[in-house]
Amino acid sequence: MKTTFFNEMYDAAGTVRPHYRAYADWLAATAPERIVRKRAEADIAFHRVGITFAVYGEEAGKERLIPFDIIPRIIPAKEWKTLQQGLRQRVKALNAFLHDIYHDQHILDAGHIPREQVLNNAQFRPEMKGIDVPAGIYAHIAGVDLVRAGEGEFYVLEDNLRVPSGVSYMIEDRKMMMRLFPELFSRQKIAPVQHYPDMLLENLRTVAPQGVQNPTVVLLTPGAYNSAYFEHTFLAQQMGVELVEGRDLFVKGETVYMRTTQGPQRVDVIYRRLDDDFLDPLAFRKDSMLGVPGLLTAYRAGNVTLANAIGTGVADDKSIYPYVPEMIRFYLGEEPILNNVPTYMLRKPDDLKYVLDHLPELVVKEVHGAGGYGMLVGPASTTGQIEAFRQRIIAAPEKYIAQPTLALSNCPTFVESGIAPRHLDLRPFVLSGKTIDMVPGGLTRVALREGSLVVNSSQGGGTKDTWVLED
Amino acid sequence: MLSRTADHLYWMSRYTERAENLARLLDVTWQMSLVPQSVAAENQNWGAILALNSLESRFAESYAEINAENVLRFMVTDPNNLSSIYSCLRAARENAHAVRGTLTSETWEACNMTWLEVREQKFEQIMASGIGQYFEWVKLRSALIRGVTFGTMLQDEAQNFIRLGGFIERADNTARILDVKYHVLRTNGDEGTTDFYRWGAVLRSLSAFEVYRKVYRDVITPARIADLLILRLDMPRSLHACTKGLVRVLEAIKNGQSAETERLAGILHAHIHYARIDDIFKQGLHEFLTDFMDRIYDLGDGIGRDFLVPAA
Repeated sequence: MKTTFFNEMYDAAGTVRPHYRAYADWLAATAPERIVRKRAEADIAFHRVGITFAVYGEEAGKERLIPFDIIPRIIPAKEWKTLQQGLRQRVKALNAFLHDIYHDQHILDAGHIPREQVLNNAQFRPEMKGIDVPAGIYAHIAGVDLVRAGEGEFYVLEDNLRVPSGVSYMIEDRKMMMRLFPELFSRQKIAPVQHYPDMLLENLRTVAPQGVQNPTVVLLTPGAYNSAYFEHTFLAQQMGVELVEGRDLFVKGETVYMRTTQGPQRVDVIYRRLDDDFLDPLAFRKDSMLGVPGLLTAYRAGNVTLANAIGTGVADDKSIYPYVPEMIRFYLGEEPILNNVPTYMLRKPDDLKYVLDHLPELVVKEVHGAGGYGMLVGPASTTGQIEAFRQRIIAAPEKYIAQPTLALSNCPTFVESGIAPRHLDLRPFVLSGKTIDMVPGGLTRVALREGSLVVNSSQGGGTKDTWVLED
Repeated sequence: MLSRTADHLYWMSRYTERAENLARLLDVTWQMSLVPQSVAAENQNWGAILALNSLESRFAESYAEINAENVLRFMVTDPNNLSSIYSCLRAARENAHAVRGTLTSETWEACNMTWLEVREQKFEQIMASGIGQYFEWVKLRSALIRGVTFGTMLQDEAQNFIRLGGFIERADNTARILDVKYHVLRTNGDEGTTDFYRWGAVLRSLSAFEVYRKVYRDVITPARIADLLILRLDMPRSLHACTKGLVRVLEAIKNGQSAETERLAGILHAHIHYARIDDIFKQGLHEFLTDFMDRIYDLGDGIGRDFLVPAA
């Protein structure tokens, strides 16, 4: 079976697409030695600044550099406008859904989503029922993964509503491109992205508990051994807020304080990069050393805002994903602008049978998995791997969903053999507070291995600067 | 500033200073051991270093005999001894790593590079190329870290906690070196020229040999050594200079609960400031120094409680 992929830079006839023309001209006119030199320069700079991430499951504490590719991913303004509308619509509906299921559960009463799918979901937090969060926002920061497939239409692959990461690479990639090739930025109007931390801080301040005039915002990190620790220090520094660990905070009289050298200081908004399970040992996992005892009590009393809220995982769970278009229709009365990928739910006997019969063509994912761990990409797997996975599915079908293998678009990328097409996705970061905002573009991840469709950095993915061209 | 941040800065500074002073103490002991003496007397000097740090039983777990080589190996490169130079520099670096964003890149890099080099050095290589040279290197690295810190850092609260850690550790270490060596000098004295070398070594270990000459222009006597290292305000490693530094820093960082710690520091400083060397000797130098070290310990305790790990 021969699949043709949508190429971001060239059309089917091999002609450079209009929005890539200026870049292609520049690339053709630039001496290869200069490119080689600049790529080496980028590597050194990333190493020196320490833009690394830790990899789980390998040698403990090992840090790797995320490969950076100097050929940008370019999106024309018109296309971005549609994407932006679609993202706003989707995130708005997801927040409405979260508010609904933790209050009156209209959508369940109306029968649009099977009740047990929501209420029995491990990510559904009964502790959140009846709590009113500021502005009714649960997912303040959403990292929605988009891919372009087939003839060029965009699909949402997943909605990351818990603690999405990667935004620091988006900003660092842009900084690097401007430093290496400033001339590219004077030739055309490329929408800026570096004001993201300002937007984020502003957004966090608008969702402070009621009555707080000048809120104190902090960023809560699991600590230096977390894979995204670099990003935590980066964002805290850029926003000018304290980077705190659980032990720096304490709760007294249903209020959260941080321990400072000048005594306790009240904390109003916590941008937490710590999973629900670890937030409060009194309420969730008792063995968590990373959280703050009593945090849930302070939160329920409305004395502190958590961003994102507790219990957002129920809305980005892979078993809930198929119902997002339904949510958009139900809450907004609109037709979805962005496509959902057709999804087989293996807890359904018919779907299970179909999937087992067609494993070599499908992508199978764990319902609760993330980061590209524990998934099967049928077309890229050996018979042995497929059969091994089949046994895992049969043992616990409800733990899996399956989707057709999307023909992810690709983009020319520097690899060892020269420039070759590699598959990519796009993760815009959508900020919700009093308004819904985002910087143009997002993080483009690229699968560096030939033919690979897995773009996660933990699986050998790299990144590209993402340009939204302004008219 | 977050208490945890202050805590890391304070301990980064203390561990760096501790590594330096340990190098000084081991260096002087090493130099003294080169002066002809009985094997028993020499091993007693090495044993005193273990006693000073309450490490006798820990040492006995891994080493059969107290002698120069074993004690040096234990105190210089042994990663299992949390008081070794190796461990101190590792702890300094770990604390620096945790607050990298608060340090200037020069300070971080000086601290990190020191650790990376220490990690590579094997005991046999150190001995082969001369352990005196190694101690010099440790002292210089400490001076470099201190230099880039005060030469590049904003003079703010963060710097005050670095200074605080430095003063506390240095006050304690000078008192310790003086106590352990002075003791040895007294019991083994009365040997004329030998004393000159031993006392000279003590002075050198605190970078005070040339200073002594300049200040007293006279023969070296134990009383003057004590005067210089305890009472002289212009001598940077003296107890007086350290306690004065402590009082000043505490004044700058004081908060709602630190009044008692400030008071203790003030009393200790006055105690040294208005002391006379004759009175100290009347009281007994060892008793005086032990009392001083206890008070420094209490101060460290108070600082921890008031600023670094305050109760909720």
